[in-house]
Amino acid sequence: MAEGAAVKKKQKVNVPFDYDKYLRKGKLPHIWCPGCGHGIVLKSLLRAIDKVGLDKSSICMASGIGCSSRTPGYVDFNTLHSLHGRAIAFATGVKLAKPEMNILVTIGDGDALAIGGNHFIHACRRNIDMTVIIYSNAIYGMTGGQVSPTTPEGAMSTTSPHGNMEPAFDACAVAEASGASFVARSTAYHMQELEKVLTAAIEHKGMSVVEVLDSCPVYYGRQNKYKSASHMMEEIEKKGTVSGAQAKNLSEEEIGDRFVRGILKQDKDGVEYCDAYDNLIAKVQVKK
Amino acid sequence: MAAERVKKLMQGNEACAEGALYAGCEFYAGYPITPSTEIGEILSYKLPLIGGKFIQMEDEIGGMAATIGGSLAGKKSLTATSGPGLSLKQECIGFAAMAEVPCVIINVMRGGPSTGYPTGPSQSDIMATKWGTHGDTPVIAVTPSYVPEIFTETVRAFNLAEKYRTPVFVLFDEIIGHMREVVTIPHPGELEVIDRAKTDVENKEDYLPYDNRFEIPPLAPFGEGYRYHVTGLNHDEDGFPTNDSKKIDAGNRKILAKIENNKEDIWSCEEVDTEDAEVLVFAFGSSARSASFAVREARKQGIKAGLLRPLTIWPFPDEPLRKAASKAKVVIVPELNLGQTVLEVERTLPGVKVEGLHRVDGEPITPAEILEVIDKYK
Amino acid sequence: MGDRYELRFSGSGGQGMILAGIVMAEAAAIYDNKVAVQSQSYGPESRGGASKAEVIISDSGTIDYPKATAIDCMLALTQEACTKYHGDIKKDGILLIDSDEVKDIPEGDFKVYSFPIIETARGELGKIIVSNIISLGLIAELTGIVSHGAMEKAVLARVPVAFTELNKKALQIGFDKARELKGN
Repeated sequence: MAEGAAVKKKQKVNVPFDYDKYLRKGKLPHIWCPGCGHGIVLKSLLRAIDKVGLDKSSICMASGIGCSSRTPGYVDFNTLHSLHGRAIAFATGVKLAKPEMNILVTIGDGDALAIGGNHFIHACRRNIDMTVIIYSNAIYGMTGGQVSPTTPEGAMSTTSPHGNMEPAFDACAVAEASGASFVARSTAYHMQELEKVLTAAIEHKGMSVVEVLDSCPVYYGRQNKYKSASHMMEEIEKKGTVSGAQAKNLSEEEIGDRFVRGILKQDKDGVEYCDAYDNLIAKVQVKK
Repeated sequence: MAAERVKKLMQGNEACAEGALYAGCEFYAGYPITPSTEIGEILSYKLPLIGGKFIQMEDEIGGMAATIGGSLAGKKSLTATSGPGLSLKQECIGFAAMAEVPCVIINVMRGGPSTGYPTGPSQSDIMATKWGTHGDTPVIAVTPSYVPEIFTETVRAFNLAEKYRTPVFVLFDEIIGHMREVVTIPHPGELEVIDRAKTDVENKEDYLPYDNRFEIPPLAPFGEGYRYHVTGLNHDEDGFPTNDSKKIDAGNRKILAKIENNKEDIWSCEEVDTEDAEVLVFAFGSSARSASFAVREARKQGIKAGLLRPLTIWPFPDEPLRKAASKAKVVIVPELNLGQTVLEVERTLPGVKVEGLHRVDGEPITPAEILEVIDKYK
Repeated sequence: MGDRYELRFSGSGGQGMILAGIVMAEAAAIYDNKVAVQSQSYGPESRGGASKAEVIISDSGTIDYPKATAIDCMLALTQEACTKYHGDIKKDGILLIDSDEVKDIPEGDFKVYSFPIIETARGELGKIIVSNIISLGLIAELTGIVSHGAMEKAVLARVPVAFTELNKKALQIGFDKARELKGN
C-alpha cells in the first residue's frame, strides 16, 4: 500500500499527463522520423481528448494512408486505418450508422485535399459531427518527398525538382467555403494553443476541421535547405504564422503570406447531419 | 392462420431493395447510376421508416467506403452500382475483403467498356467482379434470373456476407433490373436470415478481430468496448500490420480458404433435364431465361438438351458443372459479353467441346439464337 | 410456342404505354391469378420517339423468356411505333391501331382493328391522357386474356382516387367499342 502510494505521488510529480492511458504501448515505437511534428500533434490530441473526457470505447479514429495516418495504430480506441483519401468517407459510414460514436480523423494534407478532396468538401457541406485533423506538412512523406496540394509555390520536392509551379490550397479556406461549422489552424510549435484548439474542435458539434502545420525535416526540410527540424519549426510554424489576436491589429499587407492561427470559424447554430437524419426519421415515422 | 402474404408486381430493382430490407439491411450508401438507381431511391424512402440510414455519397468510391464504415459500426450494409461504378469501387471492395468486413454490393450490369450503353443489358462484369480489385481476393457473387429470385438471392447475399465476413456481389442485368414480375413477400422467419456472429470472449481486451482459433472469427461492432484495429495492410490476429512473412502468407491464404473450403455451402444451381443431357447449356441471369425457353423447345424436338443455371457464379461452380456435363457432347455458354464465363467452363471441362454464344449490342440473346446452336449438335 | 400470350403496347413516349403494360400485368397476375411478366424499352427511347412495353401472360408456371417472340396482340397509337414494331405479330394475331394516327396499315397475316382512340379520349372524356385506359378496355374485350373485373381493379389501383370515375368511363368505352368492332 505504502509503495503504491509512493509511486502515485512520484507519477504526479514527474508525469503531469498520463499518455499511457491512451496509447497501445505494445505498438510503439512509432514510425515517425526524428524531428517530425506528428508526435507533438498526437500528444496535444490525447490531452484534448482527456480534457473533453471522451470514453475511449466511444471514439473511432479513422485515417487514410500516409505518415499521419499511422496515428490510429498507436492509440487505444476503435481504430480504422482505411484507404488513401477515403478516411472521411469510411468515417461518415461509421458515424451515420452509430451517431453516438465520437469520430476523429487523422490525415495528411495530400490525403485530405488531393486524393480525398471530394470527400473532404462534402463532409464539410453535410456538417457531419467529426473532427478532422489535417497534419499539414506540405509534402508526401511516406512515399519520399513529393509535391502536395499545400506545398508552397517555388518549393522543391522530388516531383517539383525545378520548383513547385502550382499554387497551394489553403485548407482552412476550403473547409470554410465548403460549409464546415468549425475551422481552426494551429501548429506543432504552438503546442498549448494546439491543445486548446483541438479541445474546442472535439467539443464542437458538427464538422470540425483543424489544420495543424507541422514539419517534415527529412523530406521537406532537406530539399528546401532548412538546417534542422528546429530551424523549420522556427521558420514555418513560428515566423510563418500569426495568432488570430495579432492578426486583428494587422493589415492584409502586414500579414502577408503568413497563416493566421486560432479558431477561424465557429458556427454553433448549424444543424448537424446525424441530428438532421434523426429528425427526418421522427418525421417520417409519425407520418407512417 | 397466418396473414396472407403481400403479392406485388415489382421491378427487379425494387425486389432487390425489398430483399435487402427483409435480410435486415439498415444501412445504404451509394451514388446514382443507371440502371441501378431505383435501388437507392427506394431505400432512401424506406430506410428512415424503419430507423435505418441512407446516404447518397459524393461519389461511387465514397459510397463503398461508407458502406464498409456502416458495417464496422454493426449494421448490415448495402451499396448498389453499375459497371463504371464497379470500377470505381474496386479498391474499397478489396479493403472489405482484406479487412473481412461483411457487405453486399449490387451490380446491375450494363454495357461496357467505359460508359458503354447505360440503358442496355449486359453480363460483361463477370471477370471484373472476380479480378477487378488488385491482389488475390476472395469473391462471392450470386446471379438471379427472375424478379422473385432477386429478392431471395439478395437475402442469401446478406447471409453469405455475414456468415463468411466478406463482400458479396449480387449480379443481374438491366433486363431483370427493370422488368416486372410478381413477388410474394415471405413472412418474417420464412426465409433464413443470418445475423453477424457475436464474440464469446469474456474480457473485451482479449478480443482478436482475426482470431486464428476460427476459420471465420466473429466481428465485434465498433463502439462496444473491444477497441481493435482495422487496416487494409497485411495484419496479424490482432488487426495490426505485420511484416512477418509467415503471417502475411497465412493471412492471404486464409481469406481465400474460407471461401474455397465452403464452396458447397455457397454454391446454388438449378438443373433442368441435365441427367441425360447431351447438349448442355450453361447460362445465368437473363440469358438463362432464354436458355430455359430454348432447352424446352429442343426437348420437344427430341434433342437431349439440358440447362445448368448457376445462382452462384463465384466461386465458380465447377463441380456442379462437371456433374451436369457428364454426358454432354457439347456445352453451350450464352452470355451478354464477348467471352468471359465460357473461359471458366473450358477450364472446368478439358476435352469437352464448349461453344460460346455472345451478344454485345444491348439486346438480349433470344431463345431462337440458342436453339440454332443447339440444333447444330442434334 | 406453348403457354404464352404476348402483348405489346406501343406509341410515343408520354402516351402511358408502360403504365398500360403494368396495369395489364397486374390485372392478369394479381387479380386474375395468372402469371405475368412486364418489360419495356428503357432509356432515351422512352423520352419521345417510339416507345413500347411488353407483357407476357401465362395460365400457369414460370415465364422464362420475358420479351415478345410471337405477338398475340399489339397496340399501336402512332404510325412510327406501328411501322417499327409490328413485325413480330404472329399469324392470326391482333393489331389494334388508332385510326387517326396510323394511316399506313401494315399488311400481314393478322387481324387489324382500327378505332379513333385518342380522339375518343379527347372528345368524349375531355382528356387524352386516358387514351391508354381506353386501349386497355379495348384489348381486354378483344382478346379475353383478362377479365373485365380484374382489369377494372388493376386500373383503379393505379390511378389517383380523384380520377376513378373518369377511368371507369374510359375503360367502359373500351369494352363497349371492342364489342362493336368484333361485331363488324
